[in-house]
Amino acid sequence: MSPRRLLALGFAVGSLVGIGLYARRGKGSERIDLYFADGSLVSLHSDSPEARPLLVHARDALRAVAS
Amino acid sequence: MTEPSAALAELTEISSQIESAVLFDDKGKVVAATIPDERAAQVAASATALLDQAGQIGGGELTQLEAATGDGSLFVVKDGQRLIAASTSAEPTAGLVFYDLKKCLQASAKPAAKPKPKAAPKPKPKAAAKPKPKPRASRSKSNESS
Repeated sequence: MSPRRLLALGFAVGSLVGIGLYARRGKGSERIDLYFADGSLVSLHSDSPEARPLLVHARDALRAVAS
Repeated sequence: MTEPSAALAELTEISSQIESAVLFDDKGKVVAATIPDERAAQVAASATALLDQAGQIGGGELTQLEAATGDGSLFVVKDGQRLIAASTSAEPTAGLVFYDLKKCLQASAKPAAKPKPKAAPKPKPKAAAKPKPKPRASRSKSNESS
């Protein structure tokens, strides 16, 4: 295979991987943003141990809405 | 009070992002909802528990929160003893949703405008008779006699 073809193939594969990653961006990311009276904001990612029990309540509420 | 269900109806009408909403008090008692009562009670209970638990994080008073999950987002806003919880689709515009929810909370707390009693019809003022124009006093010319 000629180097030109290899380069084109690499470019095409790279583009497809990039598109896939972009489409997946943000999917499945769960978080909780807490806004306090003094104007401060605490953002908890789903990885944090503090967020897990909060997300359970949130999912319960969303399930109740959807059911 | 303004009818809370009317405030909720207005909320869902103006906000295309909000799918459902529940108005409740700080004890979890549902005041009005866009979903059936049983489900609304579940949402209120979960939102109250969520707010209570989240309030223990951080030092200050928690006023609002957004919980973003893969299935959608849950918003909870507190204003004194009144709270509202709302669900949206995934990745909503949080600022707009919070604004609409606060507005709805305020609207539900406002005293309803009392219908104005009909005022007694005012007697029409009689058309004042136009004063007749006085005839101009003719000036006597001083040099007339001469």
